Amino acid sequence: MLNIENLHANVGDTPILKGLTLEVPAGEVHAIMGPNGAGKSTLAHVLGGKPGYEVTQGSVEFRGGDLFDLDPHERAGAGLFLGFQYPVEIPGVSNVQFLREALNSQRKYRGEEPLSGGEFLKLAKEKAGLLKMDMEMLKRQVNVGFSGGEKKRAEMVQMGILDPKFAVLDETDSGLDIDALRIVGEGINSIMRSPDKGVLLITHYQRLLDVVKPDRVSILADGRIVQTGGPELALRLEGEGYDAVMADA
Amino acid sequence: MPETATLPTRRDEAWRYADVDALARIGAEALDQWTEMAVPAGETHRESFIVGGDAPELRRIRLVLSAGARAELFVTNIGADYTRLEVEVTLGKGAHFEFGGITIGGGDAVREFVTTTIHAEPEATSNQTVRSVHWGTGTGNFLGEIKVARRAQKTGAAQDFKGLLLEAGASANAVPQLEIFADDVKCAHGATVGQLDESARYYMAARGLSPEETRRLLVQAFLGDALVELGDDAERERLLEAALEKLEERK
Repeated sequence: MLNIENLHANVGDTPILKGLTLEVPAGEVHAIMGPNGAGKSTLAHVLGGKPGYEVTQGSVEFRGGDLFDLDPHERAGAGLFLGFQYPVEIPGVSNVQFLREALNSQRKYRGEEPLSGGEFLKLAKEKAGLLKMDMEMLKRQVNVGFSGGEKKRAEMVQMGILDPKFAVLDETDSGLDIDALRIVGEGINSIMRSPDKGVLLITHYQRLLDVVKPDRVSILADGRIVQTGGPELALRLEGEGYDAVMADA
Repeated sequence: MPETATLPTRRDEAWRYADVDALARIGAEALDQWTEMAVPAGETHRESFIVGGDAPELRRIRLVLSAGARAELFVTNIGADYTRLEVEVTLGKGAHFEFGGITIGGGDAVREFVTTTIHAEPEATSNQTVRSVHWGTGTGNFLGEIKVARRAQKTGAAQDFKGLLLEAGASANAVPQLEIFADDVKCAHGATVGQLDESARYYMAARGLSPEETRRLLVQAFLGDALVELGDDAERERLLEAALEKLEERK
C-alpha cells in the first residue's frame, strides 16, 4: 500500500532522511518510534508534500502509483491523510465549510458526486459523535481557540469525515489527557482498522499503542529505520529506552 | 460651491497614492461633484454598493449626521482602472459612522478609499474596516483622516486596515491621520500587509483543496472582516461575491 524505498530528503540544505526504507501493506498499523530529531516529522511532511522538504533520492509508491507525481492536494484525493502534530488555525473559515469543501474537492478528484449540505452535516455529526466532539465545535473556525487536545481530536474528526485509505499520524497523542487519548485511539481504530486501509503511527509513547495495537513497530534514528519488530519492541523501548534497545540491534 | 478647478498632485497628502494620470482623464469637474446627504437625528442611513469598471471613476460622498444618527456604508471596489471613493462624514452628538470597504484586483490599477471623519460633537463613534487583496502590480489604498474637535469629548474612533498581496509587485498603502483636539477620546488604528499564510495553504492542501480553492477560501475569510457589520445577508453576499468573482479573473 505504502512502499518507501531508500528515501533521502533535505529540509533546506540539511539532509534529514538518509536512506529510509519501509513497507506498510494494507490492513496494517505500523508504529514509528524514535528519539527527538530522528526525522519522524520530516517523514510525515515529505509524504504530505510540504514546501521546503526536498526529496533527493529514493521513491515512495502509494496504492500502486508514484506518490511524488502528485501535488499535495492530489495525494489527499488519492486517499492519503496527514494528521498534523501542530494543526493549523484558519481564522474566518468554519470547520463545516472547510471540511465540506475539502471532501467534495477530494470526491471530484476521484470522479465522485459531491455531497449535498444535508448529507455532509449528517456525516459530520456521526464522525464528531465518534470522537465525542460537540457539533457546535465544528461550527467554529478551524482550530481557532481550540486547546491542544481539542485540536488533536478535531484532526481525528476530520479523518473520519474524509475517510482516507492511508493515514500518517504525526504525534496525534501529544497534548492529550488520558481520557482523550483513549477516545482518539478508539477513533483511529474505528476509522482506520480495515483490511483495505493502512496507518503509519508516529508516536513517542506506549500509551497510545495500548489502545491502537500496532502490527509492526519500527525505530527511526538518524534518518533511517534501524530496527523493526512486533508490538513487543515498543514495550521494550518504554522499559529500556532507545540507547539500550538500539545497542542490542 | 465649487471647491477646486485644478487637478491635485501627488504632493497633496490626500492624493499621494492616487493615479493622477487617470484623474486627468476623468477631468477636474468631477472634483466638484459631491453626493450630499443629511441624516436626521436618531435615523439610520444604510448603503452598500460596488464601484469600479473599465474606466477611471471618482465618487465623493458627504454625509452630515445629526445627534444620535447612524450611517453605514459598505463598498466593494473592483475597479479595473483608477477607482477612488471619498467619504466625508460629520458626526453630531452620539452619532455613529460604520464603514466597511474592500479593494480587490490585479492589473496596474489603483483602487482607493479616502475617508474624512469629523467628530464635531461629543460621544460620537466611528468604525472603519478596510481589506485589500491585490496581485499583478495592482494597488489598494486606504487614507483615513479622523478629526476630533475640542468639544467632542468621549469620542470613540477606530480604523483597521489589512492588505493581502498575492504576488510580489502588488501593493497596499494605509495612511491613518489623526487630528485630535479633545482630551477624553479613544482612537485606535491598525494596519498590516502580508501574504497568504504558507502553513494554512499546506494544511488545506493536505485535506484535498487545490491551490485555487485554498486561495478562494482564505481570501473570502480575509475579506469577510470588512462586511461583518453589514446586517443584510443578501447584500453581504453580493458584495463578497463581486470581490471573489474578481479573484477568479486572476490567472
